[in-house]
Amino acid sequence: MDGVGAFSLLLSGDPALFAIVRLSLFVTLSAVMLAAAFGLPFGAFVALTQFRGRGGVIVALNALMGLPPVVVGLLVFLALSRSGPLGFLGLLFTPGAMIIAQAILIAPIIAALTRQVIEDLWVEYCDEFTAMDVSPLGRVAALLWDGRFSLVTIFLAGFGRAAAEVGAVMIVGGNIDGFTRVMTTTIALETSKGNLPLAIGLGLVLIAIVVAVNTLAWSVRQWSERHAG
Amino acid sequence: MLDGGAIGRTAQPVMRLHGVGYRSGNTDILSDVELTIAAGVPTLLLGPNGSGKTTLLRLLMGLIGPSEGRVDVSAVDGVNTARRAFVFQKPVMLKRSTAANVSFALSAAGFPVDPLVVASLLQRVGLAALADRPARMLSGGEQQRLALARALARQPGILFLDEPTASLDPAQTKAVEDVVAAIAATGVIIVMATHDLGQARRLAGDVVFLVGGRVLEQTPATQFFDQPKTQAARRFLAGDLVI
Repeated sequence: MDGVGAFSLLLSGDPALFAIVRLSLFVTLSAVMLAAAFGLPFGAFVALTQFRGRGGVIVALNALMGLPPVVVGLLVFLALSRSGPLGFLGLLFTPGAMIIAQAILIAPIIAALTRQVIEDLWVEYCDEFTAMDVSPLGRVAALLWDGRFSLVTIFLAGFGRAAAEVGAVMIVGGNIDGFTRVMTTTIALETSKGNLPLAIGLGLVLIAIVVAVNTLAWSVRQWSERHAG
Repeated sequence: MLDGGAIGRTAQPVMRLHGVGYRSGNTDILSDVELTIAAGVPTLLLGPNGSGKTTLLRLLMGLIGPSEGRVDVSAVDGVNTARRAFVFQKPVMLKRSTAANVSFALSAAGFPVDPLVVASLLQRVGLAALADRPARMLSGGEQQRLALARALARQPGILFLDEPTASLDPAQTKAVEDVVAAIAATGVIIVMATHDLGQARRLAGDVVFLVGGRVLEQTPATQFFDQPKTQAARRFLAGDLVI
């Protein structure tokens, strides 16, 4: 019965439901881009640079991949709350706060996996690049470009983690109807209220989005590998 | 075999190794190498597998430093000895098109990426028709020629080649050798490692014969093949296993 209700809700094109889906996608994609802007260059830097404490940084990055979302939510909440160091930004209980929390969650994932990909590529390219006199910045750019197919998979891992996240966005977004309510927080709320059709409908949409994004990325990767080698 | 040999003639020396040794862990890869690379004709490093040819090339290129001794590079009229290029036995193709690989090498060498220059370089190695093909989808011989095009993009004075035809069939080997001979004819100093006697006969002007990390002979190719000085060289030329 609930399943039928969920499908009819989806097919009706309920504007509230689609607003939630839109906001979820906006927050998740923004967080992935923000995390990538930090994680890609940082991962590449750690991969290609020898410095004191590098081993510790690698261990820390790997450990941070398992950051508990509620802890991140709590820390971001404390930082953005009115009495916190970033309270003046006025971001608490806004989509901006949710983006920050999700970006903090997935940046270590992107950085750690990027480091691994770039380091493996560097083993292969080291002699050629040394013989070609490729500059340090040129190395980073070239390795990121040549690792692009693997990096797509890393983005997907980050996207999956962000899209499925509840705890952090609940704490820093507040799950405000029509403003910071996203799919995962709505599913949690509606399930607790017994409104199963909406919860199931959103669950189906969430799964469909994750599958669609992965299918698209896989197709792009297949096509690109055939055409770019 | 190319005419003559630079050793002992008036050809100008461009690189000199004095008492060079290279050690990896507790193993001596090269020992007490005295060697002169001269302009004029290709120098082929000849010897069995494990004789130290690749290590010697990497030392000459500056990819590794000697454990002992020193490598001197001399200025020579008309040759930019500071600008060197290296073609590896198994070159790594960047994951982009054939033309983009050459563009990358141009850019890395500090030259503007001019499509006409890229096309010209691909033309020189016979890959103009494959400019848009992904480099990793080229055959082994085509990849070696692309590696040569990338090396030429640096406008090298000295070009080092590490067994570039080691895993190629005769047709592809000939294609690569033709390109190497054409490059040598333009005045680029060629230093190439091989364990292929036929190839050494076809390309060498001078031969450096190595066994067990030691240079046993450095001599014009005609002399090496007609009157080898050492017993090891005679056995190597006779097809015996020299270790």
